[in-house]
Amino acid sequence: MNQPASAYFIEDRHDPNETHTLAVLVQNEPGVLARVIGLFSGRGYNIESLTVSETEAQKHLSRITIVTTGTPMVITQIKNQLDRMIPVYQVVDMTQTKRSIERELAMVKVRGQGEHRVEALRLADAFRARVIDATTESFVFEITGNTDKINQFIDLMRPLGLVEVSRTGVAAIGRGPEGM
Amino acid sequence: MTDKSHDPNQMTGAAMIVRALIDHGVTDIFGYPGGAVLPIYDEIFQQSEVQHILVRHEQGAGHAAEGYARSTGKPGVALVTSGPGATNMVTPLTDALMDSIPLVCISGQVPTHLIGNDAFQECDTVGITRPCTKHNWLVRDVNDLAKVLHEAFYVATTGRPGPVLVDVPKDVQFATGTYHPPRKSDVHRSYAPRVKGDATQIRKAVSLLANAKRPVIYSGGGVINSGPEATKLLRELVEVTGFPITSTLMGLGAYPASGKNWLGMLGMHGTYEANMTMHDCDVMLCVGARFDDRITGRVDAFSPNSKKIHIDIDPSSINKNIRVDVPIIGDCGNILGDILQVFKAEAKKPDIKSWWQQIAQWRARNSLYYKKSNDVILPQHAIQSLFEATRGRDTYITTEVGQHQMWAAQFYGFEEPHRWMTSGGLGTMGYGLPAAIGVQVAHPDSLVIDIAGDASVQMTMQEMSTAVQYELPIKIFILNNQYMGMVRQWQQLLHGNRLSHSYSEALPDFVKLAEAYGGVGLQVHKPSDLDGAIKEMISVKRPVLFDCRVAALENCFPMIPSGKAHNEMLLPEQANDEATAKAFAGGKALV
Repeated sequence: MNQPASAYFIEDRHDPNETHTLAVLVQNEPGVLARVIGLFSGRGYNIESLTVSETEAQKHLSRITIVTTGTPMVITQIKNQLDRMIPVYQVVDMTQTKRSIERELAMVKVRGQGEHRVEALRLADAFRARVIDATTESFVFEITGNTDKINQFIDLMRPLGLVEVSRTGVAAIGRGPEGM
Repeated sequence: MTDKSHDPNQMTGAAMIVRALIDHGVTDIFGYPGGAVLPIYDEIFQQSEVQHILVRHEQGAGHAAEGYARSTGKPGVALVTSGPGATNMVTPLTDALMDSIPLVCISGQVPTHLIGNDAFQECDTVGITRPCTKHNWLVRDVNDLAKVLHEAFYVATTGRPGPVLVDVPKDVQFATGTYHPPRKSDVHRSYAPRVKGDATQIRKAVSLLANAKRPVIYSGGGVINSGPEATKLLRELVEVTGFPITSTLMGLGAYPASGKNWLGMLGMHGTYEANMTMHDCDVMLCVGARFDDRITGRVDAFSPNSKKIHIDIDPSSINKNIRVDVPIIGDCGNILGDILQVFKAEAKKPDIKSWWQQIAQWRARNSLYYKKSNDVILPQHAIQSLFEATRGRDTYITTEVGQHQMWAAQFYGFEEPHRWMTSGGLGTMGYGLPAAIGVQVAHPDSLVIDIAGDASVQMTMQEMSTAVQYELPIKIFILNNQYMGMVRQWQQLLHGNRLSHSYSEALPDFVKLAEAYGGVGLQVHKPSDLDGAIKEMISVKRPVLFDCRVAALENCFPMIPSGKAHNEMLLPEQANDEATAKAFAGGKALV
């Protein structure tokens, strides 16, 4: 291997990347999201999707759901680095447990007339998307589902006059009676 | 309603800060006043329990607090003003984070109503210091201040120690509120570092150790951070098992350099025997170290045939760089105790005679060899002379960063922990002089020496003024080769000997400089004058700048060259121009 002149050993890593969804339970206090995001940017980790909201107001708890990609070693690092932050209660790898449900909500605006408009409505029906706003030349659809389903719906809307999309990012929860 | 005016716990935010320092046993702090901390300085003025050391630059306060912490095991405290005061603390905070040094920094902030307005000397201190602290807080309500201060001390000193910062706006310092002494509920419920090691893992570790044919113990700064008990247990483990032991830069002193099982430091400039032992071992016990890139060399060739046990209090250190077989998360003192107990009950000392014979052959290569001269002082010789002159004395050593630091690590023998203060992770030039001030404040009657380079020492030279003001008789032992030696060494080895900006063409006259500050300057050129001059330096009870003129072009060996493994070290006798060129030709990257 030919290395450039450097003070560091430069290594090619060939481990394949994996996508993981992490649920992070944190104290809801100023700066906590900045800490989490700063960790990802500072250490060069990817964020594919991020959602955050207070989930238990009395206890000041927020839940952050992060979809990230990396080699297995990097994913483990991410979990450990998150877990050692002072306001972080718990980090659960929803992908590793294999027993979790992931959902995303998207609002999709489509503009068109005639045949396109009919086709958009027909597809929306097939995807169980709801019409939440309509004019004579447009619809806004609301669709929930996993990321793949939403991507597929958006792809189908593109030739039918897709105008814009707003997505919530992924929320995830474990199956069965137990909490995290 | 009760009358609050007679409640002794009613006080201003500024008074709470001083009170909290006292409640946490703080006797010395390092700082620099400014607009946003004046109420705190007013409180400091009116009491005598906490001594304040006025530095000349906030970076100096941070490194002094680090030296104080590292040499005592107690947290170091720094007090700085808003804006530039806080930004000048970024380097020491990062340094303390990398080396796991407990540091509590209190910074002033502009009044809460001005935050976000680009007020005079305003900066986003918690934003700037978030990635360089273990945790930080902005206190907006005086009634939160006591809780936050107590939590800050707790977080800094427990688990993996580290720096914390509490940002206190000026109006919060003026406001009156209720103080309370430290209590458990001050701490986030989410913060609970694991201390006790898992019993199953400990059994697995003991079984590996008991059956080892070619074992090695590799210890780090975590052993020193854990406290005197961990050091005692580490030594006992070495005694009970008879295993060879090496250490990282940060771990020097946990096992005595005069101990018979000592291999010397490992890593990039470690000894041949330490690195070869690491490479060829079959069982490695890593205690409180983190497989840093200066230690491992090429990671895919790092100790390829060993089972690795890793004790660390920080789960994120496990499997970060090197995959290990038996991770044990917890305090290393605690876990070493458990390992010893199980080992003594169930195992007996393995027979590793042939392994020691192999190690003896590696030792015989004498990898720290250098050629002495009668005409010019070799830097290695200077450190050895300093070591001989201070042997058996109550001595603390700090360093700057570069060749002199590596030579100090190689040639100064540390017998006890907390005696060696160096910037390992961040590699901060300018660390040593202010760190020596912090050490001397903590140990007024001890001999405190900063082994320095001529380039590094100029980065925080202004703190000589602090040393003179507080009559701190620190000794700045400068190995003066007129180069940034380590930069030059890399340029020679990697960049075709093009010495781009690594030569200091205009150095100050260090003797006159010392005198200008009110200290003592000494200079020595000849090897024959060295011992006498060192003696004089030690006997002077004032701050000394010791200008030790050394061989200008000496390089630091042995070393692991570019993209190479532990068993491909470049030894001093091979380090002629041709061999060096060859060693670096293929890889061309220093590890």
